[in-house]
Amino acid sequence: MFPKPIEKQPRAAQITYQAMLPLALLLWLGPLLAVALFSVKPAADFTNANYWGLPSSFEGAFNYGQVFFNSDMPRYLLNSFMITIPTVIGAVALSCMTGFALGIYKFKSNLWIFFMFVAGNFVPFQILMVPVRDLTLELGLYNTKTGLVLFHIAFQTGFCTLFMRNFIRALPFELIEAARVEGISEIRIFWYVVLPLMKPAIAALSVLIFTFIWNDYFWAVVLTQGAESQPVTAGITSFNAQFRAAYQLMSAGSIVAALPPVAMFFLMQKHFIAGLTLGAVK
Amino acid sequence: MTVAVDVPEQESWFHRNQQRIAPWLFLTPGLLFFSVYVIIPLFESINLSFYEWDGLGAAEYVGFRNYEDLYWEWVDRDAFYISLKNNLIWLVMYLLAIPAGLFIALFLNQTVWGIRLYKSLFFFPFVISQVVVGLVFTWFYDPTFGLLNEFLDLFGLGPLNVLGDERFVTYGIIFAGLWPQTAYCMILYLTGLNAVDPEQIEAGRLDGAKSWRMLWHIILPQLRPATFIAFVVTIIGALRSFDLISIMTQGGPFGSSRVLAYYMFEVALSEYGFRMGYGAAIAVILFLIMLCFIAYFLWSMYREEKGH
Repeated sequence: MFPKPIEKQPRAAQITYQAMLPLALLLWLGPLLAVALFSVKPAADFTNANYWGLPSSFEGAFNYGQVFFNSDMPRYLLNSFMITIPTVIGAVALSCMTGFALGIYKFKSNLWIFFMFVAGNFVPFQILMVPVRDLTLELGLYNTKTGLVLFHIAFQTGFCTLFMRNFIRALPFELIEAARVEGISEIRIFWYVVLPLMKPAIAALSVLIFTFIWNDYFWAVVLTQGAESQPVTAGITSFNAQFRAAYQLMSAGSIVAALPPVAMFFLMQKHFIAGLTLGAVK
Repeated sequence: MTVAVDVPEQESWFHRNQQRIAPWLFLTPGLLFFSVYVIIPLFESINLSFYEWDGLGAAEYVGFRNYEDLYWEWVDRDAFYISLKNNLIWLVMYLLAIPAGLFIALFLNQTVWGIRLYKSLFFFPFVISQVVVGLVFTWFYDPTFGLLNEFLDLFGLGPLNVLGDERFVTYGIIFAGLWPQTAYCMILYLTGLNAVDPEQIEAGRLDGAKSWRMLWHIILPQLRPATFIAFVVTIIGALRSFDLISIMTQGGPFGSSRVLAYYMFEVALSEYGFRMGYGAAIAVILFLIMLCFIAYFLWSMYREEKGH
């Protein structure tokens, strides 16, 4: 293990390390903790310039209540879920198939198609912006969740294909050969042999895509406008305009908006990290 | 071989050729989506960059005029020049996330009680949307109550209005961006460190290698795959920077924190007018910059594929 395990070091070093950990964490999350503190303060604290002192009264319930019952925030949250979940399902489904095709079969254009997916995944959003917006307008899907979902599915397919194809490459190929010898059709091989083995990849990818899409801001701004279809990342700017200078409410709103992917991360931590770090080790 | 008798003689055409057809069957839906929403729009944008178009009326072919205009903006040190310069600053500064991530990973790579929770909490900023990161840091920099100025106050310095000062604004936004990006690099390195060969470390220790030499000669070479991915995601992240700028400054003050991605959006889709062709030309420039890196990544992947 590197660096040298702390247990094998002098007692003083151990104590220093144990003391530094929480301090470092406090420093690292400082800006975020500040927002958490803001979100439980009463409005009066801000007018009295009591920014960093203890809250003069604990108003957490009231502030968060305002966010949930007196603003468009629940609407935005619901929209985010209605955009994120279909995207996850769509992108993972498409990429299971593309990944299977590119990972298992040898044909001439295989590597080129694969590289096309990879390269497309890296292009700047701005070069797609005008044509995608036009296409969405023409389809009559501008300012709808469907319009956003369709684009997200298509774009995420690039990254997901990269992920799935590499995962399938690492599976034991003998299994597929054995199935072929048995005379099992290719479609059944996909469904009954390969798909069950892909469960960890599907889990990892789902969590990742959930976070990516939940946190998307650019496309939400480009393809949607009002509270009826905007996800929470775009909605929070209108929310903040509504509660301008009400720092306690803006803080509470930000925390609510950030929570779902955070919850997802803590619940599915193992899969999340497995997904992010695929390829980080040999 | 008696089994063969049971097999029906007229195997369907599909059945006989299925190994050649199946890949295309599986590829079609994905390829279709990807072409319609990514590949075709890419070329449409390149084409559009030779037109002048307000998004409603008829588009007018103008040849290279959009690019000429960009060239003059460059010569006059105008918006395009500032955006490109800021893009370069982003690229260079953002790479600091890699050593910073490595540093934190080395700090956390221990097995004391509760370390797993510490690792998760250090990773936290990456999971939060950039919109929220932007808000958090806007307040962090706030000249009246921001934590930064409270801190500077301790030393009798400040107040410093980071986001209102043309000299600091881009660095201030990049610093905010480094926060989640460092967390990402940290997790990559933590995973990499897990897989480092313990025997080589022991051998190094027996040879009396000091920590720094050990890190440089034994650990870092083994972390190469992690470094490569950290490099890829950081470059892409730097060139994609949009959310933070949009939330924290909207390109200001006086356009001094714009980058190409933001400038393009401003030109094509905001109150400054709907100059789609001009925006497309900016996007093409950004794409060409990205293409250098994409080509390099694909080249590395290609070598790896052929190596197998």
